[in-house]
Amino acid sequence: MNSPHIASAYDEELKYLTRRISEMGGTAEQMVADSVRALVSTDAALAQKVISEDVILDEAERQINEKAIVTIARRQPVAADLREIMGAIRIAAELERVGDLGKNTAKRVFAVQSAGIPRALARGLEHLAELALMQLKEVLDVYATRSAEKAKAIRERDDEIDAIYTSLFRELLTYMMEDPRNITPCTHLLFCAKNIERIGDHATNIAETIYYMTTGSQPEGDRPKDDNTTSLVAGVADSTA
Amino acid sequence: MNIMSETAAEKVLEKKMNEISYKMIGEAVSVYYGDKRALYDVGLKVRENTVTALIGPSGCGKSTFLRTLNRMNDTIEGCRVTGRIVLDGDDIYDPSIDVVELRARVGMVFQKPNPFPKSIYENVSYGPRIHGLARTKADMDAVVETSLQRAGLWNEVKDRLHESGTGLSGGQQQRLCIARAVAVSPEVILMDEPCSALDPIATAKIEELIHELRANFTIVIVTHSMQQAARVSQRTAMFHLGNLVEENDTDKMFTNPDDQRTQDYIMGRFG
Ligand SMILES: Nc1ncnc2c1ncn2[C@@H]1O[C@H](COP(=O)(O)OP(=O)(O)O)[C@@H](O)[C@H]1O
Ligand SMILES: [Mg+2]
Repeated sequence: MNSPHIASAYDEELKYLTRRISEMGGTAEQMVADSVRALVSTDAALAQKVISEDVILDEAERQINEKAIVTIARRQPVAADLREIMGAIRIAAELERVGDLGKNTAKRVFAVQSAGIPRALARGLEHLAELALMQLKEVLDVYATRSAEKAKAIRERDDEIDAIYTSLFRELLTYMMEDPRNITPCTHLLFCAKNIERIGDHATNIAETIYYMTTGSQPEGDRPKDDNTTSLVAGVADSTA
Repeated sequence: MNIMSETAAEKVLEKKMNEISYKMIGEAVSVYYGDKRALYDVGLKVRENTVTALIGPSGCGKSTFLRTLNRMNDTIEGCRVTGRIVLDGDDIYDPSIDVVELRARVGMVFQKPNPFPKSIYENVSYGPRIHGLARTKADMDAVVETSLQRAGLWNEVKDRLHESGTGLSGGQQQRLCIARAVAVSPEVILMDEPCSALDPIATAKIEELIHELRANFTIVIVTHSMQQAARVSQRTAMFHLGNLVEENDTDKMFTNPDDQRTQDYIMGRFG
């Protein structure tokens, strides 16, 4: 990659940002994994732990931004250095949002606790989470290696998650139509599914940022579309259930 | 429909603005100091009403190239220039070219402010006088005022035009030198590290001036400050060991340069 700076302290500042982003990534992954585990096993203690961890990411993002601003002011970075710093700011924001989504899922554990979750739905949510987490893990690996090609590949794979989310959405609608008492817990689960699906979008955003940091240009072509549920209605869900 | 025609008009306008006109063109310019070669086949097109910054490590040939643009190298013993440099289509090394007239068309501002040890008025009026640009005293007064206005110095010196130019501050002296260059109505102004002896405020004033002068002049500036190049220029040319390695839009140069040597240099990395 790039040769080191003449000012070695500058390299240290950039390395600090990279290290903190990787740490944030690890925390965000753990929070998401725990939140889904807490949900499917209705584990209130674990949910509480996830909720309390959110401040770690908030604080990390704040520190990354502060370091980035100080580095910009002192070093007036250009070219790849500037993209590196802007990238760190953006990625920190994405990871902080991922943490929020994990926390939101964890909060809903208390609402669905008494009703419990049907086994089939739990499996669907777990599967969705597996994919989203895999994407998040891969994008964090790409952050470490800075491979523009791999960043692009991740971005192109988001539709897998969208497909599963859409099928979960249909399933949840079916449950709600079967018994109105399912509506409250299923609505919470729907938000949880949406949270997990959104994590895939954040991973995609991070992949795009890494691509930009590495190449200096935005990845070309449309990114995969959001979920397809905007046009789904109950009747459709019924016919496919 | 209205929107359609508006965008069409915009496109035409944009196309017009995109038509680049080159004020000076250097082709395969090489410079030797005795046996030592300082520039290797440099090809650089200088855009009209544009600030072009020349950057690169010390000794890479920035000043040498700048001096070829108004034949300042002619004054250096043992210096030889090959290749071609044209100003509005005319080869400036052609024997028929009057070098004094050339230097009036392509003026120069140096690193160290070098006003004559004469009055402010005389510093500015000297060029127009020898080029016969002002016939009457009133004409000359007007040239002096306009030039000092353009150099952003008028308000500071209008009440002491007959005091010595060397009594001004460093930044004012440099603006006086710019007024002196502007007074003969040049088309191109060359500046060789014009701010390296100035403090940040005086530097900011010169940079603001460069920004304003661009409307009427074509400017080529050598600077060792990357930030200055980024602030004042629209085009940037990067020299390295006597070669022009990259010339690009300044915006591109400082966000995503094409050449590795440019990257290393502007980011302050070991090349
Ligand atoms: N008057 C001169 N006589 C001999 N060598 C010179 C002279 N001026 C410059 N050089 C040499 O030419 C090369 C380019 O110098 P210069 O154009 O001053 O570089 P820069 O302006 O980029 O620092 C250097 O190696 C320098 O030593
Ligand atoms: Mg020089």
